Amino acid sequence: MLGKHKDLLGIRELTADEILYILKNAQTMKYILEQNNKRTPHLQGKSIVTLFYENSTRTRLSFELASKYMGASSANVSAGSSSVSKGENLIDTAKTIDAMGADVIIIRHAMSGAPHFVAKNVKATVINAGDGMNEHPTQALLDAFTIQQYKGGFEGLKVAIVGDILHSRVVRSNIYLLTKLGAKVAVGGPATLLPKGMDKLGADVFDNVQEALIDADVVMGLRMQRERQKSGLVPSEREYARFFGIDERRLGFAKPDALIMHPGPVNRGFELTSGVVDSDRSVINEQVTNGVAVRMAILYIFARRGGAGENTN
Amino acid sequence: MRILIKGGRVIDPAGAIDKITDIYIDKGVIQEIGTDLDPEGLEIEVIDAKGMVVAPGLVDMHVHLREPGFEYKEDIESGTRAAAMGGFTSVACMPNTNPVVDSAAMVGFIKSRAAKVGKVNVYPIGTISKKQAGEELSEIGELKFAGAVAVSDDGKPVESASLMRRALQYANMFDMTVISHCEDVSLVDGGMVNEGYMATSLGLRGITPAAEEVMVARDIILAEHENVPVHIAHVSTKGSVELVRRAKARGVRVTCETCPHYFTLTDEAIEGFNTNAKMNPPLRSRQDVDAIIEGLRDGTIDVIATDHAPHHTDEKNCEFAAAANGIVGLETALPLGITYLVKTGILTLEELLVKMCVNPAKILGLGKGSLTVGKPADVVIFSTDESYTVDVSSFQSKAKNSPYDGYTLSGKVCYTIVRGKIVVMQGILL
Repeated sequence: MLGKHKDLLGIRELTADEILYILKNAQTMKYILEQNNKRTPHLQGKSIVTLFYENSTRTRLSFELASKYMGASSANVSAGSSSVSKGENLIDTAKTIDAMGADVIIIRHAMSGAPHFVAKNVKATVINAGDGMNEHPTQALLDAFTIQQYKGGFEGLKVAIVGDILHSRVVRSNIYLLTKLGAKVAVGGPATLLPKGMDKLGADVFDNVQEALIDADVVMGLRMQRERQKSGLVPSEREYARFFGIDERRLGFAKPDALIMHPGPVNRGFELTSGVVDSDRSVINEQVTNGVAVRMAILYIFARRGGAGENTN
Repeated sequence: MRILIKGGRVIDPAGAIDKITDIYIDKGVIQEIGTDLDPEGLEIEVIDAKGMVVAPGLVDMHVHLREPGFEYKEDIESGTRAAAMGGFTSVACMPNTNPVVDSAAMVGFIKSRAAKVGKVNVYPIGTISKKQAGEELSEIGELKFAGAVAVSDDGKPVESASLMRRALQYANMFDMTVISHCEDVSLVDGGMVNEGYMATSLGLRGITPAAEEVMVARDIILAEHENVPVHIAHVSTKGSVELVRRAKARGVRVTCETCPHYFTLTDEAIEGFNTNAKMNPPLRSRQDVDAIIEGLRDGTIDVIATDHAPHHTDEKNCEFAAAANGIVGLETALPLGITYLVKTGILTLEELLVKMCVNPAKILGLGKGSLTVGKPADVVIFSTDESYTVDVSSFQSKAKNSPYDGYTLSGKVCYTIVRGKIVVMQGILL
């Protein structure tokens, strides 16, 4: 399974079976995580480097913990404290890491397609930890793992994703993943944040949040990126919260047992009210736990494909 | 050099010639056109053109030769070598060099470099505004008398409508064509590919076709009110074609060009973050490509220009957002025209030649684009049936940024003759 992939660049390239295979492996990893002694030798002798050009807390930390729990040697490169700040370009930085024998390079970059570009130029396996507005495949996989945990499956589910659809890599990966597994996806947000062609990705598109939420089994909020709103895509946080924010009243349009999800970090009172974030239907913290399990599974599956040593494919 | 071109199909749209005949060239000039020519004397280079087309040398009114300032991308020598290989005998080069061509001295520099190292005729285009800054008019009269053939701020739009209006008024006094790069920067808003499914699915910011069309409409309105000509560069959208079509119908003096990539490729070419499919304006949708083809067919689009935009490998072998805009075009334009427009029955070969030599020469007032006895012999000889596979590593251009690498195309340039001198012989640059 997944034999033809050296890298995990996006959900776009994966089949439903490949996605389910990753989720199945994540079950085992979650079991390990629940033990008192969280140590397995799965990745002993493997080296894993995180190369982050954008800030991150949870994605980076969960990859690091996942590597450490499985016995890999891991190291971090941050754009601020490396040759990157001396103006070294991405390809040279990536080749340097490759030349040191990294088996896996986990990359986050502000430009869409940067991990794809790196993957073509290194022997190591490349895992996309978020590229621009394109994809965030490990987030979509942990979201799916969480949905599977609570809902049992995907067929016939309706997942509503609400917020800044234009800039969101999470929404793209989630649309690809959920539609491949038989769920329906509705996206909602202000018209200025709905890019053309979203419908052809397989989602129903609404510029009215209530309509997007009707009968949803899962409600996913997206982070409104404050720094991006300055360009006038929405007039103000206040206005956004009033007309598009998810509050208890709007949530009434979804099914009574709808899960509340969010990739984090949440802007309380902007895209979700605190009442919604902290409600007993919210699984936002469980998503974080599952993030570690899913990333353990991904590293376990992919770590032996690239790098300096023998390739299994 | 005395040259006799024998037995080719001579097509000269300007002179309404399309027949099998011979051409005799001496002292750089076409001496005679007629059947069974047999000039006296020794040392005549006889070209057997049987089965081939003999036509006026192609004219490209939109190239970037990058000299001075960006010689690592291209220079006048390498750019004109590429032109010769593509069958072009005249090119007009855009002024967005460093420094920009906004003075008589800079026009003089380009002309003297071209005289020294150029393989084909080079016609400099000056800037519309000083320093290409979009604020004050360049010395357009000085540019003209130094030898510039048009003005353009290509690469950047003239954002101020008022400046554009003055440029149209002022340049017209000197018979200088204003070439407008139409792009409303505020509408581009960080976009880098065509707005739509491909942009959304790759997570790249889209550019609405309106960004081009708003400015095409503006320039048409300005030209109409002043009753002066304007030439719209690199038209890429259905809406632009429609705007130009309607303007022409009511008598506005507007002409326009498109480029081979806008009638051969859609934005699907960016799949896999292919930086060789990144250009400005961006590749558009199937609908737009069809409209461009229709505009070429019905005459709305006057010219096929390449917008030859050479870039260094490092400027393309990088993240998509960081990659430079543009592709090289000189060495693939004619075969793309033959393969996608002539072989498909959209244009006759004669009509293609009108758009690739007669019209651009006319718009720029070059006195080129025909096979006329007594005129300098700028001739291209090509076969339309021979097909070949594009291999960018064989390009004469310094740059290899072409999306057509590996394409099999029909139409191969065999000879390029510039002012009576053979520059390309049997497909090989001399």
